[in-house]
Amino acid sequence: MIVRFPSSAAPLGPRARIAVVVAAVLLLAGGSVGYVLHARHRSQGQLVDADASFTLTGPAVYFRDTASGRVAHQPRAGTTAARTTGGPACDRFYASGDSALCLRAKPGVLPKSYAIVLDRHLREVRRITVPGVPTRARVSASGRMLSWTVFATGDSYATTAFSTRTAVLDLRTGYLIKSIEDIPLTIDGARHHAPDVNYWGVTFARDDNRFYATVSTKGRTYLVEGNMRDWSAKALRQNAECPSLSPDNTRIAFKKKVSEDPAAPWRLYVLDLRTMRETLLAETRSVDDQAAWLDDGTVAYALPGAAGRASDIWTVPADGTGAPRVAVAGGSSPVAVG
Amino acid sequence: MYLATTGRRDASAPPRTGGAGRRVPGTVLALGTVSLVTDISSEMVTAVLPLYLVLGLGLSPLQFGFLDGLFNGAASVVRLVGGHAADRGQRHKRVAGIGYALSACSRLGLLLAGGATAGIAAALAADRVGKGIRTAPRDALITLSSRPEVLGRSFGVHRAMDTTGALLGPLAAFALLWATADAYDAVFVVSFCVGLLGVLLLVLYVPGPHPTPPTSPTSRSGKAFDALRDPGFRRILGAAALLGAATVGDAFVYLLLQRRLDLPVGWFPLLPLGAAACYLLLAVPAGRIADRAGRRLPFLYGHLALLGVYATLLAPAGGPGPLLLVPVLVLLGVFYATTDGVLMALAGPVLPADGRAGGLALLQTGQALARMLAAAGFGAAWTAWGPRPALWAAIAALLAALAGGWALLPRNPPGARISERRTA
Repeated sequence: MIVRFPSSAAPLGPRARIAVVVAAVLLLAGGSVGYVLHARHRSQGQLVDADASFTLTGPAVYFRDTASGRVAHQPRAGTTAARTTGGPACDRFYASGDSALCLRAKPGVLPKSYAIVLDRHLREVRRITVPGVPTRARVSASGRMLSWTVFATGDSYATTAFSTRTAVLDLRTGYLIKSIEDIPLTIDGARHHAPDVNYWGVTFARDDNRFYATVSTKGRTYLVEGNMRDWSAKALRQNAECPSLSPDNTRIAFKKKVSEDPAAPWRLYVLDLRTMRETLLAETRSVDDQAAWLDDGTVAYALPGAAGRASDIWTVPADGTGAPRVAVAGGSSPVAVG
Repeated sequence: MYLATTGRRDASAPPRTGGAGRRVPGTVLALGTVSLVTDISSEMVTAVLPLYLVLGLGLSPLQFGFLDGLFNGAASVVRLVGGHAADRGQRHKRVAGIGYALSACSRLGLLLAGGATAGIAAALAADRVGKGIRTAPRDALITLSSRPEVLGRSFGVHRAMDTTGALLGPLAAFALLWATADAYDAVFVVSFCVGLLGVLLLVLYVPGPHPTPPTSPTSRSGKAFDALRDPGFRRILGAAALLGAATVGDAFVYLLLQRRLDLPVGWFPLLPLGAAACYLLLAVPAGRIADRAGRRLPFLYGHLALLGVYATLLAPAGGPGPLLLVPVLVLLGVFYATTDGVLMALAGPVLPADGRAGGLALLQTGQALARMLAAAGFGAAWTAWGPRPALWAAIAALLAALAGGWALLPRNPPGARISERRTA
């Protein structure tokens, strides 16, 4: 049955076959090397540090410009306002007070990120290497407390699931908590012990002590209120992710899972902390972002962009009225400065 | 590559037990080279895809996980179709070639899709379909081009080459990302070029249709599940599924390791490389042993290595990390080396030549589904009882499955009956 393999292998002789292989290898290797050099040249054009003239001076909306990957800003009003580019290259950005936080993925064999602390002139103050992929960044109003979340790829129950690591950095003391998942947590009045807790999306109150975050454990997500001084956290309510505290500290914008449809699981809500009543915002699309308050009446968030752009920044009134509108075409990580 | 023409010598050689000096059939080396090149291409993309989708495109991990799970499930069904198509008219090479080409072209799809989720989903689907289609025809070609008594070694050689590619792929991808400062498109372009080379090597060096007489006495009616009529094959499928249902999955093993050793999360992707390196080194020796001792025992003993993995993970905490890490990775490598190719070598000769790809596809799909079940069960046990009780349960399940496999697997040596079968 295995007879006549050579004759049926190919119509070409051994030499011709080798010639074809060599030619193909040269062609394909040439194409590959050419493309890699092109890509390398292209990416070397991207500066990673902020231009000297680009500083944190408001009032303006700062954001990540998706075309260049660098931070840019534009005036608060108007969608067609000219943007000023020249900030640092970041995958996630936030700024407040005298500090800015820039999360930048580091290319390499292992997925790593830099959490880069910047001052008012966007000069680097401190750099922390974090294993994982950047996803959320926040700075407290005073600029003293910083927090970031990364996806720790592969650290999961199945290879397709992801888990997160959230860190908190106190700039005044310089104390860094690499992962807050050891914080004593209370759910429904009982101390919660589980190995599978994941925290993400921290937002700080004005006192630089109280904070809110999402915790996920045993397949559920909770909004938690934490206390840095006591080092404790308690779950406030279920199904509230990526909280964002309003500037007046009375409300929290968050995303709530409303559907099992993996294409559109979340809607944006605002929770009043005094009445604990939640309001559905006018944005009807699924938002996977930690919203940012531009003022006490408006939240901004990124959505997949139109016309081939990676993402656009939209704003919507925080009281459930009005309609969403585009604030920045081709942007993500919005933050109001000044 | 000149060895590709030695297939004839194997065919006409007088039957004798495979000696150490005998050459591996050229077709096997050709297929091994194709797999090596293709695995570099596909593992390059696999390694960077989560990063690309979540970081580069801002797709949510939930969406990616959903896509991935969906396509992996679909791939096992496609595998049956590929095996069946290959058997009809002995079109192994053509069907495998279509699978390889489809996967290679899916890289262009990723490149052209840009940020469009639908385009990415289509490209991922094409890749998984290609992978599903080609596996069974390729393994059938290996069995058809090797004499039964050296089949274990042939599979050992093929799997060693395949794993080499799987080791080189991620390294190449991350080197590219590093060199180009995160230009994912460069990874896709290079992966496409490497994949094309794999297809070309297949076209040039792997023999085409076998001149089997279409009306051989044992020729089957061509139904996809024909193989199930053979009691010997049914036993092998049953044993493989039983043992598969007690194999909890690498992801859990690595996760347990990471937890026990408190490894930095960044090292997580390196753990599979350790086991793969061990698999690579042991695949050929394990295949040779299987040829000498019969494939039944190595396959069963290989699962004892898996039992060893579970037991090591249960060992009391303390002591230096490598004391836990090295045995687990080595045992996992031993497990794969003694079970993966060996199972194909065990089943191949039992199947008729014109139903081989379909039969192997059935076996692979059955094993894969059983393993999915085991992973789900272990995940549930972990969540409900915690990792240690879950491990004890896995050990109990594996012992039971081993006893079952011991009873099920046919005992007769891979000799007379088998060679009679394949020349029928």
